Amino acid sequence: MSVKRDSLSVSITVGAYGSAFGAAAVAADFSVLQACLLSLLLFSGASQFAVVGVIAAGGTPINAIATSTLLGTRNGLYGLRLAPILKLRGFKRIVAAQITIDESTGVALAQNNESDMRKGFWYTGFGVYLFWNLFTLAGALGAQAIGNPSAWGLDAAVPAAFLGLLWPRLSDRKSWVLAGFAIVLALTLTPLVPAGIPIISCTLLAVIIGWRK
Amino acid sequence: MSAFWIAVIGSSALAFAVKMLGASVPESVLSHPRILRINNFIPIALLTALVAVNTFADKVELVIDNRALGMAAAILLLIAKAPFPVVVLGAALTSALGYRYL
Repeated sequence: MSVKRDSLSVSITVGAYGSAFGAAAVAADFSVLQACLLSLLLFSGASQFAVVGVIAAGGTPINAIATSTLLGTRNGLYGLRLAPILKLRGFKRIVAAQITIDESTGVALAQNNESDMRKGFWYTGFGVYLFWNLFTLAGALGAQAIGNPSAWGLDAAVPAAFLGLLWPRLSDRKSWVLAGFAIVLALTLTPLVPAGIPIISCTLLAVIIGWRK
Repeated sequence: MSAFWIAVIGSSALAFAVKMLGASVPESVLSHPRILRINNFIPIALLTALVAVNTFADKVELVIDNRALGMAAAILLLIAKAPFPVVVLGAALTSALGYRYL
């Protein structure tokens, strides 16, 4: 029953980050309801933080939506990979799509046979969904109760969360080079163009670096 | 409708559309190596930009304030292989101290 154990431990640890999201969202002037709806409906950590991060930086909603959606494209590719294993039809396909995220995919693909892969996907997907949403509510209520976000360091929690999500992806030289260029481009553009544009412009760098092998 | 609601509903709808698309189209359609490589790099580019902007931008101005101090703590904690919640809390605590005493 190690699939169950893997799924549960991933669900609780990852779910607990939901409190950082809930707090960050409220610190950026989202309501508790809006923070919870993002976790219930959007349900993809990096994309949710992006919505909050772009709006907090003064970006437009369109910009927030575009940045968040580009960050979520990988979920679509996870779905491509998992669909043949999960054998999805009808309503089951809709539920599976909603819980297709880094963690459910990661635990599923770490298993040795298709039966365990399916278990890993569903247990982890539902588990993270449950804990992520509970902790989002807790974090949002907590942040609402404490008042001035800067005095509690919540304004630094947002970039720290992004950095924590980014860090494991910086696995080779190309990734570090890309990250370096992204810092330079984003900060150079900041005083020159409307807020939000500097962030999404960095997609171009990903296309340029990924174009050739 | 406020900017917040547009962002919440729009991003949620598109996030689900992307997930549903992945679960519905045949695998061969989007599995070109170039698409996979670029898709792999997009989170790195966007997350790095989000780190930079959320640390150093105040609307359209560049500033160095208590958030930079928090990020320095986050980097040290990540190098020390601290788990994610410790990184976020450490950054928040350092930034809060900076906000109070700088």
